[in-house]
Amino acid sequence: MKARVIETRRGARCRVLEGGSGAPLVFWHGAGGLFDDNPFLDQLARRYHVFAPELPGYGESTGEDLLEDMLDFTLHGWDVIAALGLRQPHLVGHSMGGMIAAEMACIAPGDLAKLALVAAAGLWIDEHPLPDIFSMLPFELANALFHDPQKGMALLTAGMDFSDMEALKTFYIANSRRLAMAGKILFPVPNRRVSKRLYRLTAPTMVLWGENDRMIPPVYATRWAELIPQAKVVRIADAGHMLPYEQPEAFVASLTDFLH
Amino acid sequence: MKFTWFNLMPWPYLPDDFREKNRSVWVDIPNTLYEPRKGHFVYHEYMDQLEYADALGFDGIGVNEHHQNGYGLMPSPNIIAAGLCRRTSRAALCVIGNSIALYNPPIRVAEEFAMLDVLSGGRLVAGFPVGTSMDTNFCYGQIPALTRDKYREAHELIMRAWAADEPFAFDGKYNQLRWVNCWPKPVQKPHPPIYIPGGGSIETWDFCLDHDYNYSYLSFFGYLRAKSLMDGYWDRVAKRGKDLSPYRAAFAQIICVADTDREAEKLYAEHCLYFFNRCLHVFPPFADPPGYRTINTIKYGALSQLTFEARKIFEHLTWKQLVDERFIIAGSPETVRQQLEEGIKGLRVGHLFCLFHNGNMPDWKTRHSSKLFAEKVMPHLRDLWPEWKHDERWWIHPMDDRLRPEETRPGAEKPR
Repeated sequence: MKARVIETRRGARCRVLEGGSGAPLVFWHGAGGLFDDNPFLDQLARRYHVFAPELPGYGESTGEDLLEDMLDFTLHGWDVIAALGLRQPHLVGHSMGGMIAAEMACIAPGDLAKLALVAAAGLWIDEHPLPDIFSMLPFELANALFHDPQKGMALLTAGMDFSDMEALKTFYIANSRRLAMAGKILFPVPNRRVSKRLYRLTAPTMVLWGENDRMIPPVYATRWAELIPQAKVVRIADAGHMLPYEQPEAFVASLTDFLH
Repeated sequence: MKFTWFNLMPWPYLPDDFREKNRSVWVDIPNTLYEPRKGHFVYHEYMDQLEYADALGFDGIGVNEHHQNGYGLMPSPNIIAAGLCRRTSRAALCVIGNSIALYNPPIRVAEEFAMLDVLSGGRLVAGFPVGTSMDTNFCYGQIPALTRDKYREAHELIMRAWAADEPFAFDGKYNQLRWVNCWPKPVQKPHPPIYIPGGGSIETWDFCLDHDYNYSYLSFFGYLRAKSLMDGYWDRVAKRGKDLSPYRAAFAQIICVADTDREAEKLYAEHCLYFFNRCLHVFPPFADPPGYRTINTIKYGALSQLTFEARKIFEHLTWKQLVDERFIIAGSPETVRQQLEEGIKGLRVGHLFCLFHNGNMPDWKTRHSSKLFAEKVMPHLRDLWPEWKHDERWWIHPMDDRLRPEETRPGAEKPR
């Protein structure tokens, strides 16, 4: 994957990973952002022209003050697609990215090919309250995000040396920037009422979930499917909330099967 | 120097194993620990103490706002202040303050503060905190990254409402009001003195200086630890070309006075340790959600008081540590005077918020400590800033003919 920076008409400057050829596919990352290694993107790039934009506040992307509420995020998504010059892309959104992709598909239902919601945020069920990611200790986070928390912790910290104070500070600042941004649509309860707009969806839709998702439990997959009657639901074994990272092969196989 | 007697109003019945059994005194504290029938007596005892402080000659009596907090029983400090209006007539009523971003719409604060200023005959000191992340974000659901912006807008609305003599429309991002028309308006003109309690956000300094508001550093960790932050503030004051009146700044300090240093330990140790061990037992993530502090503040290194490091200190805290490291100022009147003088001069503060009631301190000890201070310490610290003696810019300007408690009681003869 190559990286480039695009500027939206609103003025946000966003880094976009790009690779492969074929039908355009835009992947929207979750609240934690993209990792340094994203094997599932490389695998998808074997069949699709993959784009993975980073939101303002994530990595090198700037312009976070330009986005304040759900509508801003949603329009930003389409602004990025316009800046990339894409037509009818597939939208694949993971977690918070799923929330954004779902909103994008509701506001402009005719402008996308297919929609894949991967462990998507955006709904709330009173009987199944989600854990509060904004008040979690680091070890609690790994436990909530991964089927295998130990492997997950290694992915989260990506070889960082915790005895290096400068590295720690850099990580802390980057994390604060990312989650400050995510908080605008996820805090305190990650529900900006997409449920009342889902009737507008016309694109074929898949709901993809890790069977051991402890962050947004699989009962939420069922709720998405109830709200989007035409949706196809796929559950993946031995995967938690971070299923694209935990089970990249199974994730990519299910996705390509749906998108082809 | 101006001395304000402050009561945080802690719940005094947290169990001995509170720390072991619970992760936080704030936000998700089990509310079964609160007993309303005991609470009745607690409120009255604390309000009696505030009234007693007025009688002892303190310049101000102070209350503040916290939510879902085991050491703060005042979700609405205005209710307490309203009670105090009727039983005092001299001391400033320092409400430090109302978290203005939490009131919907914030015109409510303009109205209630105006009510308090009118009721008290112009004795209100109005505090406008951004609010802790515990209160603002976790208890009251404000989005961390937008809290400061919402605060700025609330401030603008309140100040315009107090200043305007005609109704106006307010088209804000968070508040849209077609008819803003503050009724009643405050006695003090152009407005009551305004205090901005800050925990250590550098943005707050400029905000205070932009408007010439008092900057109040409310720390529980004593003047030694506050030094670098207050030095940063005064640097900023100088850079902005403002005068260096010490009355631009206030500091909070836990104080315990007894006849001797030894006696102070005997009387107050368990209560201060209760405060530090149980009352400040806050789950660290509640103190620092991403977005609450700006990246600039994080880079400046002004870390939250309730981060992991601070939490570790409390685990095995002793009285000796509290005293030696000046978390608290405790001892004989002479010891307290010396240390306070050093602290006040070192931080260059003209206002001291004195915390005499700590943790589960019984009423008689609280009064004993306060009385000794008022009689044997306060008089010696009055004139630490002789060159600013007449600087009343950050203090109340009450009505001369305001009603006194004896006149406001039921059946009292009305003055003609």
